[in-house]
Amino acid sequence: MAGLELLSDQGYRLDGRKATELRKVQARMGVFAQADGSAYLEQGNTKALAVVYGPHEVRGARSRSRHDRAMINCQYSMATFSTAERKRRPHGDRKSTEMSLHLKQTFEAAVMTQLYPRSQIDIFVKILQSDGGNYSVCVNAATLAMIDAGIPMRDYVCACTVGFVDETPLADLCYAEEGGGVSSLALALLPRGGQIALLQMDARLHQDHLEALMEAAMTACKGVSKVLDEVVRLHLQEVSVLSAE
Amino acid sequence: MKDTPLSNCERDFLLKAIEEKKRLDGRQTYDYRKMKITFGTDYGCCFVDLGKTRVMAQVSCELVAPKESRPNEGIMFFNIELSPMASPAFEQGRQSELSVKLNRQLERCLRNSKCIDTESLCVVSGEKVWQIRVDVHLLNHDGNLMDAASIAAITALCHFRRPDVGIQGDEVTVYSPEERDPIPLSIYHMPISVSFSFFQQGTYLLVDPCEREERVMDGLLMIAMNKHREICSIQSSGGIMLLKEQVMRCSKIASVKVSEITELLNKALVNDKKARKEGGRCGFAESLPQERITALKMEETSVEMTDATERAKDIVQKADARPQKVPSPVVPVPGVGQVGQGLQNTWGLEEDEDDEEEAEECDSGEEQEEAVTKMEEERHEKEASGEGDVVEISDSEEEDVVILHPAMPDKALKWVHQFSMHCN
Repeated sequence: MAGLELLSDQGYRLDGRKATELRKVQARMGVFAQADGSAYLEQGNTKALAVVYGPHEVRGARSRSRHDRAMINCQYSMATFSTAERKRRPHGDRKSTEMSLHLKQTFEAAVMTQLYPRSQIDIFVKILQSDGGNYSVCVNAATLAMIDAGIPMRDYVCACTVGFVDETPLADLCYAEEGGGVSSLALALLPRGGQIALLQMDARLHQDHLEALMEAAMTACKGVSKVLDEVVRLHLQEVSVLSAE
Repeated sequence: MKDTPLSNCERDFLLKAIEEKKRLDGRQTYDYRKMKITFGTDYGCCFVDLGKTRVMAQVSCELVAPKESRPNEGIMFFNIELSPMASPAFEQGRQSELSVKLNRQLERCLRNSKCIDTESLCVVSGEKVWQIRVDVHLLNHDGNLMDAASIAAITALCHFRRPDVGIQGDEVTVYSPEERDPIPLSIYHMPISVSFSFFQQGTYLLVDPCEREERVMDGLLMIAMNKHREICSIQSSGGIMLLKEQVMRCSKIASVKVSEITELLNKALVNDKKARKEGGRCGFAESLPQERITALKMEETSVEMTDATERAKDIVQKADARPQKVPSPVVPVPGVGQVGQGLQNTWGLEEDEDDEEEAEECDSGEEQEEAVTKMEEERHEKEASGEGDVVEISDSEEEDVVILHPAMPDKALKWVHQFSMHCN
């Protein structure tokens, strides 16, 4: 993949976007009737389904329940057909466990868990098609599902993956851009306060570029939050119209 | 085995100390603990001591078939073992959250940053490549496992020598260490991770947390950098929310620390090379200073005593006045005691009562016993008046009170002995 030009001279990327453009976001809330909250989110070609159950009593190990707050339990899995080569182990491997831990950490910071002591909130996320930015799409989908479930949160949790190519930060990486050895930074942000819930970066990046990259990531996340906000308001309108009838 | 939970008072104490910018072992906010790097006898074996945290890394290599997607690159495999040897909280065999977290962080820190030239590990493209396996074992857990593991892993990789390979046409010969000297791996850069712990929702920050500090922390930020100021990996964990300025500040601190640690690392490698050349003894056994393998050597830590004496005086003054001296017990008759000034003890004070008692117990020799008792009492009275430091308490109208003396027991025994003799 060394020959692929990730950023052309005119400033266009592989899929024709500019450096700071996000992919097209399409989302639906309230997808499943059984779950307390559910959402489906597409960001470009990456598709994710998120389902939230809770808050309910702690199932299984009673000793894990916390006396002053709710426990958040996350499970991340990828469908076997989601990647170019069929995935042999959808869950239980190290990467999925790590991703589940990161999601859990992100939402523990954002959800007001003190309101539900001794209870448990389950988040299940499944990637149906993976085209880069898996973590970010999961976080965005899970945020919508949480809102659908009516669980109180401090703010929207928006995430975005940004990369650094030719001294320019690229927002919302796709799979081809991620694999090319580009330094990618995944950031989960609470937009109003500018607080970072999770920060993750791989591959080499000079320290001087870190600030620029983080700024780009935060701007991208704020853009995502606007889109999510619109989706939520539209959904509310539809639901209220339906229930009024 | 479940780890003992941290008590609330210990937690409060630690948090309060951190608010006052004090750490348990007297370090400053940005100080690392004492770090020691030693090597084992084989190439690729490295021990790192970070304070009391002890970690061992071993590198080994093997010829395998390469991955299909990358036919001309070698394979790197990392594994961190959390054995119950390190801490009672670790369970054998179970893949706990911490184990997954550490493994993934080490993988991302070393593999994704491409610190090793994997193409040089290729022997026959598409058929045989070297698989380098780094096993990190935790020997003692006293906080900050990630940093110690990353330092151990990269040092072991720098120290490792792989067997030399010769290719003649289609034939591949792997030379043993005796035939040809093994060659080192080609390492581009040395990523080292630095851990920052946050307390009180991100208000306070500490570098290199020890185990106690780790238990009370809100969250952890791990930054892996090399000495060229390139960031290899950043990972935030725990449920804290960071601000951009905090992250920038941490990266600046990390760059300073990483350059110091890299210097120490290089020095250790050079020393080891020299020692091996001179034929000196090297190895795990040599790295322990004393003969006893079970010894845990503690260095002297300085304790801050600046205002300790003043505070101690304050506390003593504020404390209640010393309680009144309790009067020593009063003994009217040998074998009977009275403490304090309560109700007047009428046990055996009267001579008549004494006689009655004795009459009950023994028929014969009453008068003799009586005489004996009287004599004893007189003797005691004489003694009592003789003593100067005796506490006279009661103002009874009855006869003089007899004070208990250390020598009493003998006399009491003597009296009892005489009494029993008379009885028999």
